Amino acid sequence: MRRQRFWFALALHAGLLPLALLWLAPLWLMVVFATHPEQEIFRVPVPLLPGDAFMENWASLQADTNFLRALANSVVVSGLYTLGGLLLSALAGYALAVYEFRFKALVFSFIVATLTIPYFVVVIPQYILVARDLKLTNTYWGVILPFLANALGVFYMRQVFLSLPSSLLDAARVDGAGEGRIFFQIALPLVRPSLAALALILFLNAWNDYLWPLLILSQKDMYTAPVALGTLIGLTRVSWGGIMVGSALMTVPFLVLFLFLQRYFVAGITAGAVKE
Amino acid sequence: MYLSFLNTRVYPWRLEAGVNWGRLLQDPFFWIALKNTLFILLVQVPLMLALALLLALALNSALLRAKGFFRFAFFAPVVVGAVAYSAVFRLLFNTEFGAVNALLRALGHPGYDWLYAPGPAMAVIVIALTWRWTGYNAIILLAGLQSIPKELYEAAELDGAGPWQRFWHVTLPGIRPVLLFALVLSIIGTLQLFTEPFLITGGGPGNATMTLGVYLYQQGFRSFNFGYASAIAYTVALLAALFSFLQMRLWRER
Repeated sequence: MRRQRFWFALALHAGLLPLALLWLAPLWLMVVFATHPEQEIFRVPVPLLPGDAFMENWASLQADTNFLRALANSVVVSGLYTLGGLLLSALAGYALAVYEFRFKALVFSFIVATLTIPYFVVVIPQYILVARDLKLTNTYWGVILPFLANALGVFYMRQVFLSLPSSLLDAARVDGAGEGRIFFQIALPLVRPSLAALALILFLNAWNDYLWPLLILSQKDMYTAPVALGTLIGLTRVSWGGIMVGSALMTVPFLVLFLFLQRYFVAGITAGAVKE
Repeated sequence: MYLSFLNTRVYPWRLEAGVNWGRLLQDPFFWIALKNTLFILLVQVPLMLALALLLALALNSALLRAKGFFRFAFFAPVVVGAVAYSAVFRLLFNTEFGAVNALLRALGHPGYDWLYAPGPAMAVIVIALTWRWTGYNAIILLAGLQSIPKELYEAAELDGAGPWQRFWHVTLPGIRPVLLFALVLSIIGTLQLFTEPFLITGGGPGNATMTLGVYLYQQGFRSFNFGYASAIAYTVALLAALFSFLQMRLWRER
């Protein structure tokens, strides 16, 4: 029995290790390519260790796209979206979990139902509304506004607030705290880890979103990082070193973050998946 | 929905029921896009979910060492944006200089014209999607596996069930809801597939990797024919609803 287990464990690792390395290869090569001049990237065999042309590649990327501005745009958009999305999700989730009101079940099932609608059905009316009627093309608000009300976020925060003991909130009420104070000073701090998980997911979604900013932004200095990068990829003559620097800059910070905060990422992703 | 009945080729937009839906039925490009999308759906999604399930089982195994490393390796693509990895995959699958063909040549194979031949281009899309989303699905399945009570396995073992039987009668039923969730998500995601074909192959060569998502973008935001694009969008929605419904039905009967 014990022998059998040993061989099984060995086979498990022998099967999984090459697969894991294969999975990491694109990410590793992205970093490697970001640090090599173009002729090195296209050399055969492919370089496997980082080189020293990072600054060169960065300079060419910056010249092609004003990537610094694009990164700044991305930070502003993703940051505002995360803060706004968190606040709205928390408020709505809290209301649905704690208060009783008319049509509550209806409102909740309506919110959950929107989760099942494919985004493509929404995108055209949303574009017409935001671009034609609200005239928000080339603005931060145009990018952020449609996503502020996040059904998944509301659903997630509702589940989180449901797990808070209601006696705690009642106790605060007896002590004379207002509803706003209860929410901000008691309920929110108690669910901080869940807020962190949601924040990570929201930020990442906004950070990586491509289609919507592509549609709504047409001025180069309003581009977010993915859109700026995307304009380069479609061209026939491209500076691959620069593109790889951009990809790496967009990705590596999150990989590092992911390494340390895996638990929160995973919590955020599975939040919608595991329902009782 | 209203929009899909409008003729947005004239100004001001006119209500002309049938103009877009009629065109949809006769449009060869639409059928190509639909066929490609369904192909990815039927090939890539089962492949990926099977792999994700194997991964989740392996990562959940008590015998596995260095769990942190393996988790990081497979889950890392979750944080990578579609644009960044599309760029990397385009470079890796470059016909002359790409790492993949270099590797194939080292193994004595002449390599493929990945991005400019129809079959290989589709293969790149499938590989890229599998790389990006397997870990994501494995996370979901892993969470499902961990929610199965240990006692069930102990009870099954006491009853003399072998590993295979335990998998079939304890594990699979235990993760059924989560598996269904992952399946539905993957199907909806695939039906809306846009960024990868748009950036890796541009829908080409020819229309070999054109998906409904890319076609919708072209019609809606290149030709600004919003009415027709809406009709495509609703085809996607109807398909998504149909597949989800079928899944639920099939699942319940078993």
